[in-house]
Amino acid sequence: MAWFKRSTEDKQKPTAEDSSERTVRTEGLWIKCDGCREIIWKKDLEATFNVCSKCSYHFRIDARTRLAYLFDDGVYEEHDKELASSDPLKFVDSKPYAERLELMQAATGLRDALISGTGLLLGRKVHICAMEPKFIGGSMGAVVGEKITRAVERAIADQAPLIVVSASGGARMQEGAVSLMQMAKISAALMRLDEARVPYVSVLTDPTTGGVTASFAMLGDLNIAEPGALIGFAGPRVIEQTIRQKLPEGFQRSEFLLKHGMLDAVVQRGEMRAYLANMFELLVGPVEAAAA
Amino acid sequence: MHPQAHGQSQLEPTVEKTAWEKVQFARHPKRPYTLDYVERILTGFQEIHGDRQFADDPAIVCGMGRLGSQPVLICGQQKGRDTKSRLHRNFGMPKPEGYRKALRIMQLAAKFQLPIITLMDTAGAYHGMDAEERGQGEALARNLREMSRLPVPVICVCIGEGGSGGALALGVGNRVLMLENSVYSVISPESCAAIIWRDKNRAELAAAALKLTAKEMLALGLVDGIVPEPPGGAHEDFDLAATLLKTALQEQLASLSGLSSSELVQDRYDKFRRIGSFFTGDTFSPNK
Repeated sequence: MAWFKRSTEDKQKPTAEDSSERTVRTEGLWIKCDGCREIIWKKDLEATFNVCSKCSYHFRIDARTRLAYLFDDGVYEEHDKELASSDPLKFVDSKPYAERLELMQAATGLRDALISGTGLLLGRKVHICAMEPKFIGGSMGAVVGEKITRAVERAIADQAPLIVVSASGGARMQEGAVSLMQMAKISAALMRLDEARVPYVSVLTDPTTGGVTASFAMLGDLNIAEPGALIGFAGPRVIEQTIRQKLPEGFQRSEFLLKHGMLDAVVQRGEMRAYLANMFELLVGPVEAAAA
Repeated sequence: MHPQAHGQSQLEPTVEKTAWEKVQFARHPKRPYTLDYVERILTGFQEIHGDRQFADDPAIVCGMGRLGSQPVLICGQQKGRDTKSRLHRNFGMPKPEGYRKALRIMQLAAKFQLPIITLMDTAGAYHGMDAEERGQGEALARNLREMSRLPVPVICVCIGEGGSGGALALGVGNRVLMLENSVYSVISPESCAAIIWRDKNRAELAAAALKLTAKEMLALGLVDGIVPEPPGGAHEDFDLAATLLKTALQEQLASLSGLSSSELVQDRYDKFRRIGSFFTGDTFSPNK
């Protein structure tokens, strides 16, 4: 069994004990595909961008891995990494939010649920924000809102395209209406980006729901998604409670949204860099011209 | 000039209500809804229908009329009063076509330089299969972005339930006000309690934790003012509630009258750009 499951004693970080969620970052040698139940050698999976080579199931990946996949040689300059939530509501539920933040920060090595970086994508300077699904469900509070807004401002300042990779359950409940207002703040910044005619591509990954779908994730010049991602405003359970029936298979998946006209394309993870580079070239010209 | 200057008025009850009590007030079945205010504060109101794409959503009403002598556009979510009208209005929960209608008509108002007033009163945007299929998220998102560039004064007032993104999609204004007994929240107390404690019955605790009352929202800097209500709440006296709202709206419009189109857009941008409290650097000093 040790091949499949991480044994409890060889945890490297004692602080990770509270992150009970299923994780792709297993220390086991093998992993079972959630799509086709195939047992895959972990090294093979890493070589295919964490996509199952049998059934093309896209495993969830963390923000660091995402940026490493997208930037040339995985190299980028990180911005605003020091921003951290101030717990504006002094929110306490089953445990204080401040404590929850500390646990998440220890488990992920991040201050909040998003990494913002600038680097090259097939030679073109781009800004990429990637959400971290493991940090309180990738939820958006004031820090995520501020980091994206600053990234938008950077994109306007240097006319370099912006990509935001969403993976989020929506606005962060523990920051109350402060989180809610981030939706308006980011959307207003995107209005300015729009007026500056700088390309913005929203990449929607599994899962993208709630206030993230209802703001920046749906405001791309291009909205593209990875295959099979859950994308919606309301989550499936909430809809099922509202209509009191089971949802059909594939409802709110990327392919469903494509069919209903809500996405420009569904793009495989392995094709993402080439897709983005091509679209930027079509929209704003070749790299040399854009740099000039 | 913000209305909170006279907001803590003699009208305020002496005993402060709990957050949960405020939620009950905000949802009171006899509370005035958008059209109750519209018929009392506007003259010559003419409703305008439809999103030109799919349908006319009765959960949002839009129309033009005069506030005093000033022609304005008003739009807001509309709840029903009895079973039949509640169903007709879908309990005040708009579908994408409702938000698209509101945006279409706000842009029409902007074209002819009419100030815009929005009244927010919804439990939230509708959570149904049809709403998802037609892009509820996209409709909300587009309103947020497009409202931010309307070149006219925009005043938003939460008159009852400010239910998350479904309220905010009519809520990007130069001034955002809340009625004294309204609430504005990222999530309903019931849903919040269901997530935290897996128990909807602890909504009272969640309501307190969410800081959703007008006073708390003002203290957090998320809204600009509080509109007082008649003693005992807006449902006790529709006419007085409407008069108090009208006064606040006229004051706010007057305060924006000197601004050019670009200054109005800048003013609205700056207002939302400032929102967000976080620590920067290892010193953990508050941002604002």
